[in-house]
Amino acid sequence: MRATVHVFLKPGVLDVQGKAIEGALHGLGFAGASGVRVGKTITFDLAGDDPARAETEVKSMCERLLANTVIESYRVEVG
Amino acid sequence: MKAAVIVFPGSNCDRDCKTAIERTTGAEVAMVWHGDSTLPDGLDLIVLPGGFSYGDYLRCGAMAAQSPVMRAIKAEAGRGTGVLGVCNGFQILCEAGLLPGALLRNAGLKYVCTAVALDVVNSQTRFTAAYRDRRDITMTVGNGEGNYFADETTLDRLEGEGQVVFRYRDNPNGSARDIAGIVNARGNVLGMMPHPDRAFEEELGSSDGALLFQSVLASA
Repeated sequence: MRATVHVFLKPGVLDVQGKAIEGALHGLGFAGASGVRVGKTITFDLAGDDPARAETEVKSMCERLLANTVIESYRVEVG
Repeated sequence: MKAAVIVFPGSNCDRDCKTAIERTTGAEVAMVWHGDSTLPDGLDLIVLPGGFSYGDYLRCGAMAAQSPVMRAIKAEAGRGTGVLGVCNGFQILCEAGLLPGALLRNAGLKYVCTAVALDVVNSQTRFTAAYRDRRDITMTVGNGEGNYFADETTLDRLEGEGQVVFRYRDNPNGSARDIAGIVNARGNVLGMMPHPDRAFEEELGSSDGALLFQSVLASA
């Protein structure tokens, strides 16, 4: 199975990179772009064939290492 | 006094810390590799130095917080041993859950390397007792992610319980409530972005960091 984890700064936590990118997009004439947030994607193979169990395991990885839940939220995809 | 400085792959202030502690306190300082699972006996101070442990991969301090030595440090912190995290060390302490909050990218997006004027908010800790009535001190910062963040409830608690130890007089990185350094509830774990290890002799521009190490010496 392949697991994919998306990590973003929580809403309300200032994303300075997102703000800078938004400014650059406006500079290029993409005036309609707003609310830019920068995140990261972590993807990996996972042993086993039980998606529910895999999801639980990946969530545990997120809580312990892949995300810092003080400042970040995460979304898990397994399949 | 006996101290240990932890060396992570990518630490770059480990020898500065050793020199600072030796020269200001005369303490015996052991260098401990992050892969070690034990610490020397009888330590009065454990220092997590500045640098870029694990290249700041994933998040600053995130990988270092999982190092084998961190388990021993958590046990020592639980026994009341003094733990000081400077810069990347502060980030590691937050990632390890030994201090609340987290360090975000600087609000101005730039790496900030400059002397900063600090307010010693709490001189009743084992790290700051030697400052006595002195509130106005100078150290330097050098970081890209020194913007302290915690939720409002946590910030209120830190302020209410006297856990905010140092504040910036002119905030260089957007830190919540101008916070430059905090202690845990018990008062034995201090994390700070400014470097006392770069301000311990007049030749370095400031000797104000010396009092921090001498405070620990006096409490040892």
